[in-house]
Amino acid sequence: MELLLPGFGLFFWTLIALLFVIFLLKKFAWKPILEALNERESNIADSIASAEKMKSEMASMKSENENLLNQAREERSLLLKEAKETKDKIINEAKDQAKEEANKIMLEARQQIEMQKNAAIVDVKNQIGSLVIEVSEKVLRRELADKNVQNDYISKLANEIKLN
Amino acid sequence: MHKSNIKRAKSVLLAIFFTFGLMGNLFAQGHEVAPTTENISEEHHEEGKLDIKGEIFGHISDSYGWHLFDFGGHPVSVPLPVILISPAHGVTVFMSSEFGHAPHFVPANGYEMYVENGKQKIRFADQNDTSAFYDISITKNVLCLFLSIIILWFLLTGIAKKYKKNGANVAPTGFQNAVEPIIGFIQENVAKPNLGKTYAKYMPLLLTLFFFIWVNNLLGLLPFGFNLTGNIAVTLVLALIFFVVMLINSNKNFWGHIFNPPGVPLGIKFILVPIEILSNLLIKPVALAIRLFANIFAGHTIILSIILLIFIFAGLSKVAGIAFVPVSVGFSIFMFFLELLVAAIQAFIFTNLTAVFIGQAIEEHHHDDSHGHDHH
Repeated sequence: MELLLPGFGLFFWTLIALLFVIFLLKKFAWKPILEALNERESNIADSIASAEKMKSEMASMKSENENLLNQAREERSLLLKEAKETKDKIINEAKDQAKEEANKIMLEARQQIEMQKNAAIVDVKNQIGSLVIEVSEKVLRRELADKNVQNDYISKLANEIKLN
Repeated sequence: MHKSNIKRAKSVLLAIFFTFGLMGNLFAQGHEVAPTTENISEEHHEEGKLDIKGEIFGHISDSYGWHLFDFGGHPVSVPLPVILISPAHGVTVFMSSEFGHAPHFVPANGYEMYVENGKQKIRFADQNDTSAFYDISITKNVLCLFLSIIILWFLLTGIAKKYKKNGANVAPTGFQNAVEPIIGFIQENVAKPNLGKTYAKYMPLLLTLFFFIWVNNLLGLLPFGFNLTGNIAVTLVLALIFFVVMLINSNKNFWGHIFNPPGVPLGIKFILVPIEILSNLLIKPVALAIRLFANIFAGHTIILSIILLIFIFAGLSKVAGIAFVPVSVGFSIFMFFLELLVAAIQAFIFTNLTAVFIGQAIEEHHHDDSHGHDHH
């Protein structure tokens, strides 16, 4: 039972010493230690938060880059398509133009040929006419040389005419 | 791997050293057992018989000198100052060596020393003088108190200096690494859950309590006979400090719950209020004090008893005594490891309960919410 009775001297000294210790340690040990630890804690939390932010920023940047890339790709394919279309259009236009030109030339040529042909035919007709006239002149001249025959023929024609 | 092996070997060696250190102390005292017991005439011990109770209490209780060992039959001890304040005779200060040594005490400065239940006590040399006097001597335990405070002071201010010098963002070195997780543990697992938003205000108190108790528990395991946290006076002071802090910070809600428990019929209040008063204002601090005291005291007593078994067996026969040495040493090594654990656990329990009790005293009412729910 005696063990449960606190000794006065020890009680006295412990009380005084502990009050001093609590006060002094609070001021000279715990305050700086706890301040430093809390500061470190907040620093770590800040660092993690900023790292996280950087990460999300990087991710958004990456997706942005991807978007840009995709856009560029689309644009490129669009440009290519347009270029191809333009090329086709130009080629087709050129083809059409060439065909038209050719047709025009052909038509002109055909007209020319037709004209030449007609001229030639006319010429031939004229020549044939004059030849016919020449020949008929010659024939007529020979025919008309024998007077008796002519007379005979005229009489014959006259006979045929029946006077009513 | 290699390093940890060395560490393990070191700790085993340390434990053995502690054990034999204690044993050496006992061996030394064993020689003077006969004269000591003879001296305690009130106890009527048989001559030459081992006074086990006296041995154990002699080691555990406080003393006026710091007894190291016996040399050639003479006890070698460090004398400590005796400070006595008597309203009738004034203040008297002298060294404890003036009283002489155990078997042959001599009166000094009007006082004399005597031994009761293995505990040194002082009374007036004049047996008829029954007036009161106050004894604030620097005893062995007070010396231990100062020693532990010096250790704590240099340990903790050293660490504080490192933080001041290096700032918060330099990796901790040396003892910082040992103390930092403990501080973190107390902050995160003791202070914050129990004390809520105002936890920072109580951190210095909780940390001081934890480290003071822990360091003294560990010092108590050293073979110098220190036993500070196993002394009811010290644990009472610790509990008293907690009690005062609790009372200063307690709020209306706390007192309301004690004197006017909400939602209780009037008849039951007559029973409940005294119980609440007792449990909050007496049992809480006293239980804290006794828990720590009893745990540490019991640990010391068990270790001493196990070692004393050697001498009990040796009293039966020399062979039995020698044969029991390995058993006893093995047990006491086991007990030392257990006590290392208990040292930390009890420091934690004291700190944690302090936080819990203060937390209950500063709790704002959210009890009303739960009562409200009950009515639904």
